[in-house]
Amino acid sequence: MSHGVYAQLLDLACGVFLLCAVVVLWRRELAVVVRVLAVQGAALAAIAAVLGGHERRWGLLVVAAGVGVLRAGVLPYLLRRALDVGAVGGGPYREDVSEGRETRPVVNVAASLVVAALLVLLAYAVARPLVALDPTPATRALPVGLSVVLIGFFALVARRRALAQVVGFLVLDNGITATAFLAASGVPPIVELGVSFDVLLAVLVLYVLTARMRAAFGGTDLDDLRELSDR
Amino acid sequence: MNPAASALLLTAPPAVPLAAAALHAVAWRRAARGARVPGPAQWAGLLGPAAIVGCAAALASYVPGHGPVTAYGRLLRADGLSVWMLLVTGAVALLALAASPGYLAGERAAGHTDAAGTHRYYTLVHAFLAAMCVALLAANLGVVWVAIEATTIVTAFLVGHRTTRASVEAAWKYVVICSAGIALAFLGTVLIYYAARQAGISEASALDWPTLAAHAGRLDPAVTRLGTALVVLGFGAKAGLVPLHAWLPDAHSQAPAPVSALMSGVLLAVSFTALLRYKAVADTALGAGYTRGLLATVALVTLALSAVLLLAQRDYKRMLAYSSMEHMSVIALGAAIGGPVAMPAALLHVAGHGLAKTVAFCSAGHILRLRETTRVGRVRGLLAQSPALGAVFGLAVVALLGLPPFSLFASEVGIVRGGFTGGLGWAVSLALALVLFAFAALGYRTGRMVLGPPVAAAGPPQALGVTSAVPLVAGLLACAALGTALGPLSHLLTAAATTVGGR
Repeated sequence: MSHGVYAQLLDLACGVFLLCAVVVLWRRELAVVVRVLAVQGAALAAIAAVLGGHERRWGLLVVAAGVGVLRAGVLPYLLRRALDVGAVGGGPYREDVSEGRETRPVVNVAASLVVAALLVLLAYAVARPLVALDPTPATRALPVGLSVVLIGFFALVARRRALAQVVGFLVLDNGITATAFLAASGVPPIVELGVSFDVLLAVLVLYVLTARMRAAFGGTDLDDLRELSDR
Repeated sequence: MNPAASALLLTAPPAVPLAAAALHAVAWRRAARGARVPGPAQWAGLLGPAAIVGCAAALASYVPGHGPVTAYGRLLRADGLSVWMLLVTGAVALLALAASPGYLAGERAAGHTDAAGTHRYYTLVHAFLAAMCVALLAANLGVVWVAIEATTIVTAFLVGHRTTRASVEAAWKYVVICSAGIALAFLGTVLIYYAARQAGISEASALDWPTLAAHAGRLDPAVTRLGTALVVLGFGAKAGLVPLHAWLPDAHSQAPAPVSALMSGVLLAVSFTALLRYKAVADTALGAGYTRGLLATVALVTLALSAVLLLAQRDYKRMLAYSSMEHMSVIALGAAIGGPVAMPAALLHVAGHGLAKTVAFCSAGHILRLRETTRVGRVRGLLAQSPALGAVFGLAVVALLGLPPFSLFASEVGIVRGGFTGGLGWAVSLALALVLFAFAALGYRTGRMVLGPPVAAAGPPQALGVTSAVPLVAGLLACAALGTALGPLSHLLTAAATTVGGR
């Protein structure tokens, strides 16, 4: 593909990728958030595929396919299942059951979006030496990867529902993977494989723990976790 | 060393525990289905740690004189540092697994676990050991990261081994904080990989530690600086250093006693070893000042925090957990100072802390079973009720306080000496003042637990039992022996410190 088209496709995929992270902060219904996470996974796979197509590295296309299956398919599916198990009601109003919503986020939506904007600015400032080292279309998009890392971290601390926290963790992880693709076309395959496997297992562990939390606490509000303290 | 021998010595430490984990996993499945087929005997659990110690000893006799050993095309590699850490891991695991049958017998008697639970315990503990060995022996920093994250996953259900609220809460915090923290370390790794690729190192060897360390001078300083800061933050989370330390007291107080011992004694140190490898790369690329400032700051803040929380602590398992944070910050300070005096002392401190903390946690497990409380205030007069247990716990805390003849005394003296000669005198003075606070808190509370007349509800005197006492006494003896004379280990310790810049 020509250089212009390549840069545009890459920027498009990165734009969708960043937008998804912001939407995760914006929306409160966990079912919507999980769907957005799947879209973000697909955007991540697209970034890898565009890079692979441009550099004519067919191995990278295989990695892109794997990333897509895991992050747009398997992980959102697991979260969706955890959500369905937790929803007590049924029918069309299922998503309005309080378990399925981030009812009282620690930081409200408007403030979250302002924070997201500030985090993006911070990411651009931090990424300047990274871009300066080797300015190409891919590395110029590096601030996007770092922004998503920061937004994911913010979602992780600012959310009260167990599943919303898992989503934050996955957004953080997507951001790191995107940074790896944009900076150096991804880490070596053996490492990428190990990392993906670890992420999958970590989400499975959290999936089981969510079920146990529901059994022990009667819900997944993380504010209820106050058994252990120094008093 | 011929290729077959080196392959054997580097494969066995992860492979033997992994095989044991597989055998127990099969037995676990069978027991869960109700079959009454005996699985592997409990003493067989010692085979894994014995293999680790054996291989580490064989490597220890070779590596200091002849240099690093590699296998499978440089995928696995043992240098002085990995052999030293492997030895510590094996020794601590030997003690923890020797203490496990006693712990599990108590759990079964109390109705907390059954045959399936026992096999589950051994499956996870062995997998945990295997993951730590991989983290120590892998040459590729990416693989090291994968192995350390695997330890989080494997131990999640050991921390949350019950379905009580406290247990679930501890496991949740543990997995979320450690995974997110260590994800930052991966981001740091990615940035260093980027810097290495830009410096012209090939894709296959850009995360290979020896190659990276050899060509570190060519890395871009700005990118390396950012990457190193993230790595210190990330692996620091798993090593119990601020700001992502909040999981540690919860996880250590909820996990089964032998697992707390393994986590506190070696897991923290294994993660810190990974940090040391990045430090060596960063020191070449940026000069020693950057990581020194970073690590010294983190160490002092952690030390201050743990000293304050130790003062206010009323739960003895959490008290031991905060003492781990205190010792990890002393080790981090030693690494920040570096040089031929402080670096070996920091590594010796890892060993001494591992052994003493294992004894302390395992005896805390016995205390919990005896008194059924984790409150310091309700455990009085241990010596009067169970002289052996009281003595062992008291001596383990004496070791942790850094008193002679235990090795923590020698290593703390080494770190202080290194600090004053190495230009970090102010940091060491501050650390000494903080350690004094921790000393007072730990000493006072342990004194109240061990001495005095027993509380009315304590029950009749109880003997500790030979099988329970042997690993505890052995741990104390090993810690005292290390403090008296290093003997043949001193070559290995020097080689280990030299690997990461203790010259």
